[in-house]
Amino acid sequence: MAINKVVASFDEAVKDIFDGATILIGGFGTPGGSPSYLIEALSRQGAKDLTIVGNTVGIGKELMQVVASFMSVPEWWYDGGQLAANRQVRKGIAAFPVSASPLLVSPFEKQLRAGEVEIEIVPQGTLAERIRAAKAGIGAFYCPIGPGTMVEKGKETKVIDGKKHVLEYAIKADFGLIRAYKADRLGNLIYRGTSRTFNATMAGAAKVTIVEVDEVVDAGELDPERIATPALYIDRIVVRPDEGRAQIKQKISKEEQLQT
Amino acid sequence: MAEKERLSRETMAFRVAKEFQDGMVVNLGIGIPTLCVNYPSPDKEILYHTENGALNFGPIATPEDGDLDLVNAGGQLVTTKPGMSLFSHDESFAMIRGGHIDLCVLGAMQVSEKGDLANWLLPERGIGSIGGGMDLAIGAKRLIVVMEHTTKDGQPKILRKCNYELTAPECVDMIVTDLAVIDVAKEGLVLKELAPGWTAAEVQGLTEPRLIVSSDVKEVEIM
Repeated sequence: MAINKVVASFDEAVKDIFDGATILIGGFGTPGGSPSYLIEALSRQGAKDLTIVGNTVGIGKELMQVVASFMSVPEWWYDGGQLAANRQVRKGIAAFPVSASPLLVSPFEKQLRAGEVEIEIVPQGTLAERIRAAKAGIGAFYCPIGPGTMVEKGKETKVIDGKKHVLEYAIKADFGLIRAYKADRLGNLIYRGTSRTFNATMAGAAKVTIVEVDEVVDAGELDPERIATPALYIDRIVVRPDEGRAQIKQKISKEEQLQT
Repeated sequence: MAEKERLSRETMAFRVAKEFQDGMVVNLGIGIPTLCVNYPSPDKEILYHTENGALNFGPIATPEDGDLDLVNAGGQLVTTKPGMSLFSHDESFAMIRGGHIDLCVLGAMQVSEKGDLANWLLPERGIGSIGGGMDLAIGAKRLIVVMEHTTKDGQPKILRKCNYELTAPECVDMIVTDLAVIDVAKEGLVLKELAPGWTAAEVQGLTEPRLIVSSDVKEVEIM
């Protein structure tokens, strides 16, 4: 039977996410690249005590409109902040857990100050590599980032080529929620622009990787030379409704080179 | 007595950009560093790298022209450019950690006389965002810090020892402030350039560690 990883709805795609699960959430923290519809579906689904892993833990819609004052944040946009606001998060693992300004306090930061959630702050490159290590079957690696700072605390160290390294473990996750531009039914993916970011890094790093895309095309339509994420990393595909694509669509004609 | 004039953010960025050499791969942090992109002389070809996965991207986009799928690490919408490449986050930090970035410019809260950098955690907030600063501070071949010389209430930001959480120890090569240009050398902090109208003694008075005044100390060039 022909392989087809496309599932009918966002709700169906996230229905087996369980209380206490560890979830990778793709994107960088800016409005592009966030698996918005999957996050929205997970907030409807209601799984609790989640550990969420990403560059940010999300700041929520309200704050994003303030931070990203130079652009209009789309109606359909969500980040992990939606899960924090909905009290579904127990712990965050992130490089950028709070906004740059102390005056802009996200739902997660409020809960952190109240002692209701935990945070593990990880240097951004170390975070990316710990996720990649999980995908690549590496248990841990020695990393030169962190010695002489609080990142070193409690970690094994080793001097390699005269430089101190800290031992960093792979981040094992149950689910990965990512965003890509186009998929074929097998799960091959291409991204657009800088929305590749953590999405491509996280593809295949969790036990189950779920991707939200603008469009599913026939097998063979994606140029094999341009596929950034090969099919075997992807378990489920869900297609965004039109409203989530309109903004992107108008750009396509002049920005074809952003398809990667 | 009225406070003497200090260098503007634009002049500081202009001064930093004089360090950019033709063909360099440069990563610019958020804030004043981002402004540097406006100033290298046009005969130099600089490849700008951004942590979120692009090399050799174009100038900042207008909101009408911008594309949500093309941003820099500060979240600003940028444009495409011939010769641009795009990549994943793990690849981007392989570039950084692997020593493929020639020069990085970051802002700072504090810098020590040994070149220790503190730029991510305000103690009174209790939580901060490391971001990619640690990786860049260690991974880039050369690190320039650009910042105001003193805090808002006039306290030195260049200290014997940082009392904020460190981003990385002994990583800063050069400090450009609104008062001076200082090299972090083996023998200590070398005062190379002064803002117009300022004396070495005045700058020393706003700096905690002892400054070694270079024998050829000169005025910072104004745009």
